[in-house]
Amino acid sequence: MSREDLGGIEPERYELGESRRYSFNLDRRDFMRAVGSGLVVVATLPRLAGQESGRGIQGRGETADLAAWLHIDERGQVTVYTGKVEIGQNIRTSLAQTVADELRVPVSSIQMVMADTDLVPFDAGTFGSMSTPRMGRQLSRAAAVAREMLIDTAAADLQADRAALTARDGHVAAASGKSIAYGDLTKGRKLSGSVSGEPPVTPADKWTMRGKPEKKIDGRAFVTGAHQFASDIVRPNMLIGRMVRPDSPGAALDALDTARAAGIPGVSIVRDGDFVGVVAPNERVAKKATVLIVATWRPRTGQPTSETIYEHLKRTADSGGRGGAPYSVGDTTSALAASARTVAESYRIPYIAHVPLEPRAAVAEWTDGKVTVWTGTQRPFGVRSEVAEAFHLPEDRVRVIVPDMGSGYGGKHTGEVAVEAARLAKAAGKPVKLVWTRAEEFTWAYFRPAGVIDVKAAVDARNRIVAWEFDNWNSGNSGIRTPYDIPNQRIQFHQSDSPLRQGSYRGLAATANHYAREMHMDGVARALKVDPVEFRLQHLKDERIAAVLKAVAERIGWPKASAPGRSLGIACGTEKGGYIATAAELSPAPDGFKIERLVAAFECGAIVNPDGLRNQVEGSVVQGLGGALFEAIKFEDGHIVNGSMAQYRVPRFKDVPPIDVVLLDRKDLPSAGAGETPIVCVAPAIGSAARAFGSVQPALPIALARG
Amino acid sequence: MPAFTLRINGAGHQIDGAAGDTLLTVLRYELGLTGSKYGCGEGQCGACTVLVDGAATRSCVTRLETLAGKNITTIEALAPAGALHPIQEAFLEVEAFQCGYCTPGMVIAAAGLLSVNPSPSEQDIATAMDRNICRCGTFPRIVQAVQLAARRMKSTSVAGERR
Repeated sequence: MSREDLGGIEPERYELGESRRYSFNLDRRDFMRAVGSGLVVVATLPRLAGQESGRGIQGRGETADLAAWLHIDERGQVTVYTGKVEIGQNIRTSLAQTVADELRVPVSSIQMVMADTDLVPFDAGTFGSMSTPRMGRQLSRAAAVAREMLIDTAAADLQADRAALTARDGHVAAASGKSIAYGDLTKGRKLSGSVSGEPPVTPADKWTMRGKPEKKIDGRAFVTGAHQFASDIVRPNMLIGRMVRPDSPGAALDALDTARAAGIPGVSIVRDGDFVGVVAPNERVAKKATVLIVATWRPRTGQPTSETIYEHLKRTADSGGRGGAPYSVGDTTSALAASARTVAESYRIPYIAHVPLEPRAAVAEWTDGKVTVWTGTQRPFGVRSEVAEAFHLPEDRVRVIVPDMGSGYGGKHTGEVAVEAARLAKAAGKPVKLVWTRAEEFTWAYFRPAGVIDVKAAVDARNRIVAWEFDNWNSGNSGIRTPYDIPNQRIQFHQSDSPLRQGSYRGLAATANHYAREMHMDGVARALKVDPVEFRLQHLKDERIAAVLKAVAERIGWPKASAPGRSLGIACGTEKGGYIATAAELSPAPDGFKIERLVAAFECGAIVNPDGLRNQVEGSVVQGLGGALFEAIKFEDGHIVNGSMAQYRVPRFKDVPPIDVVLLDRKDLPSAGAGETPIVCVAPAIGSAARAFGSVQPALPIALARG
Repeated sequence: MPAFTLRINGAGHQIDGAAGDTLLTVLRYELGLTGSKYGCGEGQCGACTVLVDGAATRSCVTRLETLAGKNITTIEALAPAGALHPIQEAFLEVEAFQCGYCTPGMVIAAAGLLSVNPSPSEQDIATAMDRNICRCGTFPRIVQAVQLAARRMKSTSVAGERR
């Protein structure tokens, strides 16, 4: 898929470019037919101009249709239908809070129907921190419309002055004290409305259910183990599938001997081209069968390794000129030539893996030519398209259901496990469950892209940066621009050939770009012997970044560490409407350094669920520790060398220092998403603090140079 | 095929299995006890943790032949039906989870820890539960929840002894 086809979506969402499809929605009349009676409000954002060609809707994300439905039945039960997926980011809860608040009903009275392609309107996917600013906004508007319709209906029923009526606690009440329950207002009626113009949504300073901590909906089912993730789903007569794969992607199947496996009672072997899988009555037998299959694969050779990848990325980008035109302001070439001083560095970012604790899993069941798949994906409609395409079916013959899933972090945007389970189930004529092993997850999923980032800054005699050149090979465009006020800039993303499958990862390339940019800002400040916080503030016009930077500096006690021998590091930035600053306090240790404390200050407009937000920020910081300190995929000829949990270290209890989170609540600003941005400044905060103890390699994970 | 007798959540089960088969696969695929999760199959992530004679044990690397005469408790039976164990209550109260996939294993691992160390320090928890991974990164909340549960269980048991 070309860049142009990707429309408004970041180019580094490589995995979204791997397939594309159309999707069509139910309209309001269809929906009312489905629910029978009551009150329905449909919220649909029109497709943006210039995107009418219909191609590559998947790649366009939510710039296509963004819809949600809201229904109030005769008992006053509120049901919200949205294509968003609950991945652990707690959107089921915060969206319910949003609707409850606008409708003036308790959160517990909202039922959220999510991510079932037969029941909810099309949604491009749950990614990019868009659920709160876009779906949340849509739902608040839809709920405000519903509330006003209920008041209109009550005014007619009561023959009362509309202005004297208020909605509260599931009723419309008159000043006289007389009130009608929502269920009584919707009973036997077919009320339908849609969002247009600017409905009277409640301003953040008048919120009653938003802005307060709300516990995770269905939390009890998670602590008891009762919640059924996709990998827990059991269907009548279900069989268990397992795939036979080469040990590296891209290998071709030369020979296959299935004779011994085929002799096991109850086992069937499914071969379709290079697709080889088994179906068995239970997991133990499925495993045994795959072990007995002898497959000879011809691996790819001559591929770069995790050591030579950086040279490869630069080399393969040279000829194509992909990645788009540079962002340019002024003239960096002459500014660099005229400057008093320049600081240049080349930063290396490895591939890393998402390692969602629930591996990819799917249960597929065929009934009368229609297939239903329960699977963990951030893009249920995208997976529906993939399955439909794989089996040459119209999309209405495919239903994808996503139970609240065992996390994703951007790693579950594709539907390979759903297609595989559907293929096995089709052959078996019975429902089949397929759960990827951890080794499969490491080898066959996609990675955060590796990248090389070259940065050159020129400083004038007054310690102002006058020129900024920033070239990113392969990791991506997100967060690539600098928020600092610099008169001459040239910033460019160069797309390269990746030897490994790569795609979205929490925060996308903003993590790599913030690492390079903030380490460089720190490096320049150090070279000039000026305070890195002051230096940043002198270059910042954006008051929201300055506010989080000041907040984090204050909380960590900048510039003084809390004990002699310790050092502080700091970084700040913005991405996806969120503003983050992170500070680290380090002490020296035999193997380099120890993190004593981390502080993150975050601002994302008006806070919907403060404790949920705090949890997201803490989690982002912890996940960021992995990429900062030890995560890196090692590979040779496409073969993943460290593809196991024992070899690929992710953060554990002992790795986590005390984390202090400062939340800035801006009730005057719209709510932005928060699942990603708090991750982006963890590495540069630690990396810059580590410079007190030696020369820090310009790379992730952070390491002090030997000797 | 040899038969193994497993005592799980107070009931005996006859399992036709082979030596080397793991407890997790039997729990999940043959007994329908899906509260114990598969995360890695290497004993590294703790999503599959169960109690074997009260000790937190990784069911994904526990072979059936090692379980003769032992009592296995899974998350499904940690608390009496319809009730919550104090650790589960504390996890809910602190919101010590995001996606919740690691949670059953975390709760069980904490139960194993508290049975031998009723008032663990942060360090004790980090050491005992270091092989339990929360990929969403809620470790600090989990530590908080385990300590909260520990305090409550201790005061309850002290009160019980006084009676």
